[in-house]
This record gives sequence, structure tokens and C-alpha cells, in this order.
Amino acid sequence: MRFRGKSFWVFILLVVGVAALLGQQAFPQDWLRSTSEAGRPGGKLAFAERAEPKTLSPVTALDRPSRDVIRCISGDLIHINRYTQKTEPALAKSWTISPDGKRFTLQLRHGIRFSDGAPFDADDVVFSFKVYLDEKVHSPQRDLLLVSGQPMTVEKLDAYSVRFTFAAPYSVAERVFDSLAMLPRHLLEKDYAEGKINQAWNLNVTPDKIAGLGAFRLKQFVPGERLVLERNPNYWKIDAKGQKLPYLDELTFLFVSSQDAEAIRFQAGDTQIISGLSAENFAVLSRDQQSRNYKFEDAGPGLEYNFLVFNLNDDTEGRLPQVARRQKWFNDLLFRQAVSSAIDRSAIVRLVYRGRGVALASQVTPGNKLWMNPALTVPQYSIAKARQLLQSAGFSWNQDGNLLDKEGLLVEFTILVSSSNAQRNQMATLIQDDLKHLGMKVQVVSLEFRAATDRVVQSHDFDTALMGLAGGDVDPTPSMSVWLSSGQTHLWHLGEKRPATPWEGEIDQLLQKQLATLNYQQRKRLYDRVQQIVAEELPIVCLASPHILVGAHQDLGNFRPAIIENYVLWNADELFWRIPAGNH
Amino acid sequence: MRIAGRLPFALWCLAGIHLLVTFAGFVAPYRFDTQERFQSFAPPTRVHFFDFNGTFHLRPFVYAVAGGDENSNEYREDRSAMYPIGFFAAGEEYSLFGIWPCHRHLFGVNAPARIYLLGADGFGRDQLSRLLYGGRVSLFGGFLAAALSVLLGLGLGAIAGFYGGRADDVVMRVADIFIVVPWFYLLLAIRAVLPLQIQPEAAFLLVVATIGFVGWARPARLVRGVVLSQRERTFVLAARGFGASNLYLLRRHILPSAWGVALTQMAVLIPQFILAEVILSFLGLGIGEPVPSWGNMLAYAQQYHILISYWWMLLPGVAPVPVFLAYHGLADYLHARLQSVS
Repeated sequence: MRFRGKSFWVFILLVVGVAALLGQQAFPQDWLRSTSEAGRPGGKLAFAERAEPKTLSPVTALDRPSRDVIRCISGDLIHINRYTQKTEPALAKSWTISPDGKRFTLQLRHGIRFSDGAPFDADDVVFSFKVYLDEKVHSPQRDLLLVSGQPMTVEKLDAYSVRFTFAAPYSVAERVFDSLAMLPRHLLEKDYAEGKINQAWNLNVTPDKIAGLGAFRLKQFVPGERLVLERNPNYWKIDAKGQKLPYLDELTFLFVSSQDAEAIRFQAGDTQIISGLSAENFAVLSRDQQSRNYKFEDAGPGLEYNFLVFNLNDDTEGRLPQVARRQKWFNDLLFRQAVSSAIDRSAIVRLVYRGRGVALASQVTPGNKLWMNPALTVPQYSIAKARQLLQSAGFSWNQDGNLLDKEGLLVEFTILVSSSNAQRNQMATLIQDDLKHLGMKVQVVSLEFRAATDRVVQSHDFDTALMGLAGGDVDPTPSMSVWLSSGQTHLWHLGEKRPATPWEGEIDQLLQKQLATLNYQQRKRLYDRVQQIVAEELPIVCLASPHILVGAHQDLGNFRPAIIENYVLWNADELFWRIPAGNH
Repeated sequence: MRIAGRLPFALWCLAGIHLLVTFAGFVAPYRFDTQERFQSFAPPTRVHFFDFNGTFHLRPFVYAVAGGDENSNEYREDRSAMYPIGFFAAGEEYSLFGIWPCHRHLFGVNAPARIYLLGADGFGRDQLSRLLYGGRVSLFGGFLAAALSVLLGLGLGAIAGFYGGRADDVVMRVADIFIVVPWFYLLLAIRAVLPLQIQPEAAFLLVVATIGFVGWARPARLVRGVVLSQRERTFVLAARGFGASNLYLLRRHILPSAWGVALTQMAVLIPQFILAEVILSFLGLGIGEPVPSWGNMLAYAQQYHILISYWWMLLPGVAPVPVFLAYHGLADYLHARLQSVS
């Protein structure tokens, strides 16, 4: 009996072992193998954010700190490599596109698990897209998933393949899947069914209630101070040597108040990686690069473009008589051209960006090599030409040299700027001085960020405003809402029922056309024309774009800054310490 | 009362400083808003008596400076040409007292050289010129605001002290409210409801009016105390017995004794209000670019790289110190005189 009992247990063990082996053979884990330099595991890394994240939910996140953190704790199906700007497999190991460009079939990796250990399969994908596409959820990603007003449809073919169908050919193609975090059905299904998905995963969430497919998972959140992520043991990437990624044990986000504070914390060694340095701080910190073991990199022009926008809204008549009176000038193309040619863009680059920036010809920066229209040139700085333009538009000068319009009214207006952005305030002071040479009396009004944005977006009570926008991707489609006449961020004229001007109508047509065109060359031609129209009609006067200035500790391996967000943490899973952990 | 005898050193200092800023147009070599975009953060210009050969020149001179590469702020002197400093030199146009157009400056150099005795700011604007022009806003702003609040305090304090009863209660309770109101939030609120475009002059008057109006309560209390005690003095009672009217009593017998308190109060309040203006402008609630004030000039030093790289950008923070010392000296002097008189 005793003997039999023992062999019974041996038998059971054998069966379990064989079954486990067979199981692994039947469903081998599909690791994604990284081609970057293989590093060593261990160590911690800290990064400073200028604000606290507002949420950890990929469904509702809008602000940059939230998105930065979410990128580290979640995975997408197809990913845009921030460095090459091309798409690459992520949770989907391969995909096929039907010849008409409407249908995408994605093959998922096998054996992937969420950070809490639950398996990931097609049901999670279907659930995730159901949430993103739900109108009641108001997810910011939803707009991108519609083609000609129709949402995409998602069907599960089997446990590891999913098919997406668009109503019309969609030019963005597989790029659309980037940054759409896959959600764990087992954790969120209940919240979604109860209509509480928007409250899920706010900052009160405990680490056991949140799971993702990113390189890291939530460990601790200290309000007002820091958010700590730890290594996700179930991450699905390995390095060239077969070691599991990520290398880092912990990734910490510190919350600081300003750009300067970021630089100071980096200099003090509290953080070991930094992005979004101002050119001045870049120069200051680079000075002791050698002695302090930093390395700094100028990654070249990013996608941010700063511009002066004229208030061309048509709802000011009667409500805001002063603004309406000035809009007579702003609506005159010659006036806008005169302003554009009187602005010394090279001085902006030199004084505001200390040379680490570029003057712009259009809204597409030289950093976006795929889409910039090379035929457009930066407007030449010429006061003489500007004066000529004003003269032909019927403006004149009085004996004090002040500019008068046709009706003899002094040309005075304001430039609205957000007080939190020192660079834009400096730009405004330069432009004020430039326009003084034309006899225009310009005042810079620096308001708190929210107050300034409200005036532009809500009340339309402003003359001109100095603003900046940065696209999240190089592709023109995600930023269409700025250029479509019906767009939500069509800053110079919001809430147009139909295009207010023929050229806005043409932009609408061009953009809709490129959206349904699959060929890159054809799309490029269409978008080149959009840029040309903007440069000619000047609803916004594009000024300059800063370089992406970043830095890190000398011993941080695989540090490869990109010009797309998140500039330095996009490959957080591959970052590693060259010297043994504990020294940082 | 009259202040007789030797005027204190403090008063001479103040007179000198105010004279300098009044004639800022003449003393300053440049206008406050002249940008020289290739001289961003140029350090203070060195004034030479010896050229690089070691030859002595009686008339001091400067060299033109030029930046190295455009990403750095390192400037080198170009020693190929000397630019002697001209006194009473012709330069940029300014208007004296806002009326007469003028070209003469106390000193200046010929282009392309520029003379920045106290360095240049980020736009290549002369820091000395801006300090002088900025002093106008800050010093006269403080002075006018203090005058306003002392006048208000004198009037209201006299009414409260002289008439007593209900008038006294009302004025003093309102004064209490003014003392406890957090005036900083009040100013924030005022700025928020104002239209976007206000001329610099209007902004200046607004700042003065707000600071002055908010600060009347303390002088009013002091004046009330003086009036209360004076009212019962025998000469006042005698005058009243002869049938003097209230107004006559106030004007002839009571207020003159409050003048001293008012003057001392002014000397104490002016530096406080100068500081208030500096703080307001520092926070962006005062005068806007390009018109300088010590506060909005100092605001640039909030930026880390400026704070650690360009010491001359911190001078607007040092400039009020001698002014404050002088005003405090004056207040002490006035106080001592008053004591000795009474």
C-alpha cells in the first residue's frame, strides 16, 4: 500500500509535468525580440513631470503626464517606433490589409498575460474597442476610429485573430492602432456595464485593481509627490540575448512645478533623465556635462509649432464691438501678410531658442521629414515690403509714424499669451517691437493659461494670440481638427457651419480626400497644397519650432531620444544601467 | 509744522535719486525699449583709459563687443576700433517731462559700439536705462499711492476724530475692514475683470489708485488719535467759545497738528508701497512690457538660467535698498523733530 501510494504521486507528478510541457508546446509564448543593445537588469530611474497625471485610465486620459505614465503601463496592438517613425508589431505579431484598404486582420501573440497574470486574447481586444467606440464614454480616441462619420467594426475570428473593418479606405492605415491601450476585460467589464468606466482607474486606484500590458505596472502613488511603477513580470518582450525586458526594477515619476524645477532636480541628481529642456537651461546644464556625468542631446526640431493666430470669428459683431472693429484689419489678407513679413523669425530663433530652433514656413516643422512641403520658404523679414503691403491695403501713417486704417483709426491691438510659457512671452515682446516699426501699437497681455485659452476657445474676446501646438504623430490625420473648418480646434474661426472662405473649403476637400487616399505620394501632394494654402492665406502666422532638447545620465544604456512624445521614455523597456545597480 | 534746521542726509539722497529718474531720458544713454538683438545678455561694457598698446587716453573709451557663435552668450571686444565716450552726446530721441523732444544724453558712444554700464537684458536693452525709467514707475508710483492714502487718511481720520459718535463708528469700522481685507486677492480680482487692453499709463494709475486706496486705514487711525486729543485742548475750546465754526477749527487749529503725523506716515508708507508695486509687477499684475518697472524687470530673474548666469539682471532687486534706507532715515528724522517740537 505504501509503495503503491508513493508511485501514485510520482505518476501524478509525471502527468502534470508532461501536460505542462505539452501545454507549452501547444501554446508557446510569442515573445517579441528587441534588436537593441542587450543590457543588464536592475536599477531605478526617475523622471520629472511638470504636473500630476489626472488619471491612469487610457480611455479618458488627455493630458501629457497621464499619457506619459499610461504609455509605460499599457500595450497597443501595432506600435509606431518613435525613433524610426514607422509602425512595428506589438501585441499583434502580424497583420494583413485587404486590397481595398478597408479591412485589417490582426494576429495576436499567444500566451500573453496582463500584469496581474490574467491571459490576454481577442476578447480583450473586442472589449477595448467597444469601450473606445462607445459614444457615451467620450473617449478622445474615438474621432480617429471614425471614417466618414462611420465607426470601425471589430470582430473576433478566433481567440488570437481579430478583424477590423472601416466604412471607407483609411489612409492612416495601421498607424491608427498606436497608443490605443488594450484593456483587461476581467477588471473593467463590470465598470463598463454599470456605466462607470469613466471613473475607473482614477488616481485612487490600488495597484491590485489595475493591470496592463506595458513594461511596468503601478506600485505606488503619493499625491503631489511621485508615482512609482515597478517591473511587469509578464511583459512580452525579450532582448537580443533572450533576457526578459524591461531591465529597470522601478520607474518613478516626480511631480515638479516648472521647467526650471525640472532642470534643477536633474542637476541635483533626483532624476536621471530629462526632456523638454529650454535652450537656456540646456546651455547651463551642458556646461558641467563632463564633471557630472551627463550627456545631453539636441534631437533636432520637434513637431511643436508656435504661431500667431488672428481672431477671424464672425460672432463678435454687436457682442464685442472693439474686437469686431479690429477684425476689419485681420480679415484683410494684405494686413496679415504685412504682419507676417514684419516678424523677424530669425531673431526669435536666436533670442528665444538660443539658436536651438528653426524658423517655420508652414505648420509642418522640418522635424517631420515625411510631410513637410519643401517648396515653401520661410517668409523673408522685410519692413519695407510690409509697409508696401499696408499701403496697398489703404493704410497710411500720421506724422508721428503711427499706422492709421482707411477710416483714420489708429491701429492698436493686443497679443494674448499664456503667462506660464516664458518662451512665448519673449516671442510676444519681440513681435511687439517688430510691429512698432510698422507704426502698429501692440500690447502684450499675459494671462494665466486657462484664462487665455478660454478667451480663444470660448468667448472669442481677443485680437491675436500667440500659441503653440504639437502633433502627437507625424501623420497629418490626427491634427485634422485644427484645419477642418468644422474642427474642434480650428482656432482662428470656431464653430463654422460651412467653410467661411473658399480657401477653407478647399482645405476641407483636400483633407477629406487625403483621408481616403492610400498612396503616400498622392497624399503628400494633397497635404503639400494644404500647407501652401495656410502659408498664403495666413490665418495663423507660423513662427518657429524649438528643438527637442534632452539629457540623461552617462551610464544609461539605450538612451535614444525621439522627436515624438514621449521623447525619452518611449523605449523605457529597453533602458538599462551600464554600471551595477545601487550606484544611482 | 515746518521742518527747520539742517536737512538730513537722507533727504539729499532721495532728492538725488528722484532727480535721476525724473531726467531718466537725459541720464540714460538709450530708450527703455530699444532692442539690439545681437547683444542679448551682453555683460556690462568695460570702460577703458588704456588701449591695448598701453597708451593712456584722457577721454574714456569702449570697444564694440560681438558675440561668438550664436548659441552662446560669450562676447569678445573687437579691438580694431576705439569708441570714445561722448558727454552730452546726441542720441535717440526722448521727450523731457513728456513735452519737449530732446536728443542730448548725458553720455553715449557712436554706433556700432554700445555702452551698457550695467549690462543688457535678453533683448539687448540697456539695463541702466531701464533701471532709470523703471525707477519712475516704481518711485513715483509709491509716492503717489502714499500721498493718496495719507490724504484720504487725513480727511477721514479728521472727520472721525472731530465729530465722534456715529461718524467715528462708521469710519473706524470701515477702516477695520480695509485693514483685514486681503488686498492681494482684491488686486487679482480687479485685474481679472478689467478689459484686455489697458494703456501703460492707465495701468500705472490703476496700480497707484488701488494701492493708495487700500492703504488709507492706518494713517486715518493715527490722525483720528491726534484730532481726538487736540479737540479737547484749551485753545480749541477757547476758539469754539468765540464762535469759531467747525471747519475753521479743523483747518486752523486741529489739522496743522496732524501734519507731522501725516508726513511721518508718508515716509513710512512710501517704501511699503514701492515694494507693493514691485511685487505686483513681479507677478505680472502691474505695468506690462515694454515699459519697465523694477518689479517687472526683476521678474526675469525668476528664470533659472538668468538667475545663475547674469548677475546684472538682479540689480532691480538691489535698486530699492538705498531708497528704502533713505526713506527710513527720513522717517526717523521727522519723528525725532516732532518729539522735540511737542
